[in-house]
Amino acid sequence: MQCQVCNQRAATVHFTRIVNNQKVEMYLCEQCAREKGAYGEFAIPLGVGNFFASFLGFGDGSSGSKPYIKGFKDVLKCNKCGMTIEEFQGTGKLGCSACYDTFGENLKPLIRRLHGSLEHTGKIPSRLSRGVSITREIARLKELLNKAIEREEYEKAAEIRDKIKSLEVSMQ
Amino acid sequence: MNKDFNSVSRHDIVISSRVRLARNFDQYPFPPKMNNKEAEEIVSKVKDTLMNYKNDEIGDLLFLDMDSLGDIDKQMLVEKHLISPDLATSKRRCAAIISKNEKTSVMINEEDHLRIQTIFHGMQIDNAWKLCDKIDNVLDKSIEYACSETYGYLTCCPTNLGTGIRVSVMLHLPALVIAGYIGNILEACSKLNIAVRGMYGEHSEAIGNMFQMSNQITLGQTEEEIISSIKNIAMQVVEQENTLRNQLYKQNTIKFEDKVYRSYGILANARSISAEESLRLISDVRLGMDMGIIKNISIDTLNEIMLSIQPACLQKLLGKPLDPDERDVRRAELVRRKLRQN
Repeated sequence: MQCQVCNQRAATVHFTRIVNNQKVEMYLCEQCAREKGAYGEFAIPLGVGNFFASFLGFGDGSSGSKPYIKGFKDVLKCNKCGMTIEEFQGTGKLGCSACYDTFGENLKPLIRRLHGSLEHTGKIPSRLSRGVSITREIARLKELLNKAIEREEYEKAAEIRDKIKSLEVSMQ
Repeated sequence: MNKDFNSVSRHDIVISSRVRLARNFDQYPFPPKMNNKEAEEIVSKVKDTLMNYKNDEIGDLLFLDMDSLGDIDKQMLVEKHLISPDLATSKRRCAAIISKNEKTSVMINEEDHLRIQTIFHGMQIDNAWKLCDKIDNVLDKSIEYACSETYGYLTCCPTNLGTGIRVSVMLHLPALVIAGYIGNILEACSKLNIAVRGMYGEHSEAIGNMFQMSNQITLGQTEEEIISSIKNIAMQVVEQENTLRNQLYKQNTIKFEDKVYRSYGILANARSISAEESLRLISDVRLGMDMGIIKNISIDTLNEIMLSIQPACLQKLLGKPLDPDERDVRRAELVRRKLRQN
């Protein structure tokens, strides 16, 4: 098993903590475990915020064993609602739908741990289902367009191009 | 399936089934970041959409402005599971729209802009989902929901992301508690990502052997998959409870019946009783009824008693605020009367 922080070295340390009566288990390599300890991440957490914060401390997987949390504190703030990553760590609640973009990469490890998935497969709002099908239709038409150009069928290509244009307009 | 399975559709072990959807407006900050004006706009948009919608299945709707409700009224709605404790104590501009048949409730500006909830008696998750989905579709027509192609419905807390669905069943599990197996069930459920809580959801104790089981994962599975996994697990727990009830009864019939009749005796004769003690005794009587030991009470009467003995419901029924001692006396009177009437 790989270390859940750096995703590189083998996990040799098994951490178990009780947070809000829930058992939280983590498998870490020695180095990451030491570093986590040094940053006080394993101090007794209080409240849901710390529970989330410890999840967030997992980083984006690309930052090696460095504690990722230190670096992005000053940088990340949602332009739309003003939510900061620090505030999110305190409450576990996001401020608006744009926060999911703003904190995108940083939320992924948390979302994966919570749900074991990063992709929605259920019901979608009607406006999006229109959007999704149009996006797919445009992709299909673009393929046809390329083929038409390859075959030098320029009249057909122009027709397809117009269709794509009108679909793109309808999406806006 | 063995014949115990048939009892699953009976309303005894499965007390109620509930489905809740979390939804947000795309163009507004989530409730914790909203200002008063934005909160007001959300309330009136939802009110306009739903209150003008007529549908036989949903029935007549009531708009409840939280600002104009008293504490007892709010608490009563919590006791009936129509609003959450958080909504009742929220300082934000918030409201609820509930159906007169009390199957539907839409909370506005709780943690998310919308919490659409349907609650049915017994094992009726499919019906609860159908109705909840329908109300969601009505709102979807006039509200631009916050969503993304990858994450689905966006929610204030990432724990609800994706489908935004929480499916839960309330189970009455006295035999599993008496036999000491409930711990194993809880452990197994947590491994399957099923949360088990007390009667009033998060952080509440399991009073009267009532347990609420709900899904924790909301992203990466369809609504139907989530519903069927809760249903399957609930069915298995119900079967175990059933088997155990029969075993316990066979093993020591006198002791079993004695416990049931004693509890009935206290309920029928007490002159002062707390809500907690009542719920404990009602659990024994309910078990006795399910096992055919007590035959002269209807399950509806018992459910009615269970609801009306709770502090706010009791005070509302009696029409005035009462201190706890007085409440215990009036509660005992109420229970005696209802059991006699039966």
